[in-house]
Amino acid sequence: MLKKQLFKRFTQIVIVLLGISFMSFLLIYLAPGDPVRAMFAVTGSIPSEEAMEEMREELGLNKPFLVQYGDWLSKCLKGDFGTSYSQGRPVSWMLSERVAPTLNLALLSLVIMLIIAIPIGVISAIHQNGIIDYICRGFTFLSISMPDFWVGLLLLYFIGVKLRLLPVVSTDMGFKKMLLPAFTLGFAMAGKYARQVRGAILEEMNQDYVSGALARGISASTVLWKHIIPNAMLPLLTMLGLSLGSLLGGTAVVEIIFSYPALGSLAISAITSMDYPLIQGYILWIALIYMLVNLMVDISYSYLDPRLKKGV
Amino acid sequence: MIAKKVQFLIFLIFVLSIVSIAIFAPYIATHNPNEAILTEATKAPSSDNLFGTDRMGRDLFSRVIYGTRTSLYSTLILVLSVLVLGGILGIVSGYLGGFVDVIIMRFADMMVSFPGMALAIAIAGVMGPSITNAVIAITMVSWTKYARLARSLVLKIKHEDYIKAAFMSGTRTHNILLRYMLPSVLPTLIITAATDMGGMMLELAGFSFLGLGAQSTSIEWGYMLNEGRAYMQSASWLMIYPGLAIFITVVAFNLLGDSLRDLLDPQSEDQVLQKKIRKTKGESLA
Repeated sequence: MLKKQLFKRFTQIVIVLLGISFMSFLLIYLAPGDPVRAMFAVTGSIPSEEAMEEMREELGLNKPFLVQYGDWLSKCLKGDFGTSYSQGRPVSWMLSERVAPTLNLALLSLVIMLIIAIPIGVISAIHQNGIIDYICRGFTFLSISMPDFWVGLLLLYFIGVKLRLLPVVSTDMGFKKMLLPAFTLGFAMAGKYARQVRGAILEEMNQDYVSGALARGISASTVLWKHIIPNAMLPLLTMLGLSLGSLLGGTAVVEIIFSYPALGSLAISAITSMDYPLIQGYILWIALIYMLVNLMVDISYSYLDPRLKKGV
Repeated sequence: MIAKKVQFLIFLIFVLSIVSIAIFAPYIATHNPNEAILTEATKAPSSDNLFGTDRMGRDLFSRVIYGTRTSLYSTLILVLSVLVLGGILGIVSGYLGGFVDVIIMRFADMMVSFPGMALAIAIAGVMGPSITNAVIAITMVSWTKYARLARSLVLKIKHEDYIKAAFMSGTRTHNILLRYMLPSVLPTLIITAATDMGGMMLELAGFSFLGLGAQSTSIEWGYMLNEGRAYMQSASWLMIYPGLAIFITVVAFNLLGDSLRDLLDPQSEDQVLQKKIRKTKGESLA
């Protein structure tokens, strides 16, 4: 049964990727501005009309739309996303360089988020409608309403500029450099997750098995740690998958504030320099990674939740 | 219930006072927000310039006050366009069913299986930076939620007797859609839109912060923050006040949205999310 589902999901992914590839190609095709002019503008020379026409011929920009799309797609399938207009390097290289820093930042921010969100959600649920619950919910609300770019700027200002605890600008790509951007992202996500954890725990608390365990004389803390919390964590997986998927697409705002070179800032620079092959490559990359992450989440569910395996 | 109503009223007053700041901006602002006095550039907050001045010597307090207009206006347009586009596609898709339904919903599925903001950034970037284009880009990736909602509501009432009666007595399709479907779908869509205002405002400000939304000609908080970023060491007020303005406004709208939902929908948000997760879990394995 699982094989059948997997096959179905794979065909779905292929269809969506085809759709996304067509859309991204169409978007660039319809875009105002002349990529050839933009390419010459980067080199700083003013080209003649003939030189530009030659360049268009060379890039295949004067062929019919569907032919261009077909050419482009078949190249993409071979892993060739074209050459960046602005830097003259293969797009696939430029993207793959940024994958490791993006992945590191994404994972660290998720860890920080969980460290903040889970205790807050659990404590908030245990003290439902008490003072502690209201304080926790206040924090949750703060995290949801604060613009991430403002949190980033304030952190940079107070920790980097005022207290000088961490370097504001450094070329070193290590853990220290990731800490502030990861905290900014983690804080912004924490509210949503704390709400989810709180809700899930409250719901589990009302289940029959909990009253049953308590009636058998099992201590409340054992029930909480051994039964309620593990059961309440499972639904987080879907959310984590979605978050990881979008984090891997880059987090332009935070990357720009902390000058952390990952995929988001690459995308922004591609957009400002009208680097069409790079924009297309970027869109395809995030579509692919987002769907793969979510596929992995779905597969892992059937292992973590035995009920689903049996199809109950 | 009474406590909830009082709470709602307080939040409504909070939001209305922000709206009136936008309306009465010329009376509240102490200076002309566009008047640049270069000799007065990057002055610290004082009794004359409450929030200090920016790098062009413009009064920051007046700019923040006028920024309320841009922010509220563009967010309202954004939420309305998402609501209209999503609502129409959802109602049509649900009522007509068949081929139209398949096309619209497959398209919506495609948009969902993709991180929306990344696509919106690409769309806004390709169309060129402006608030209008940012609104169009975010609309293009956000309509699906409203379309799914409208569609599910339409499917629920589609087989009611009064709809059948209307159909049997020869009411035209567009009349059924407008007179029967729309009124039963609209309230839910509007509540959803009200709860989404804060989030949409953040997204728009984020676009402007990235330089993909408002440009230097308009007075916008996100853009002000982006400009002020470079002066973090020497003029920290340039990044504190516009950010605070965004924060307060978003808080106001989020509070109002949450309490509106509490008031109209006895089901808490936690439960709704819980259900949604269970549903996606079910769908993915079905």
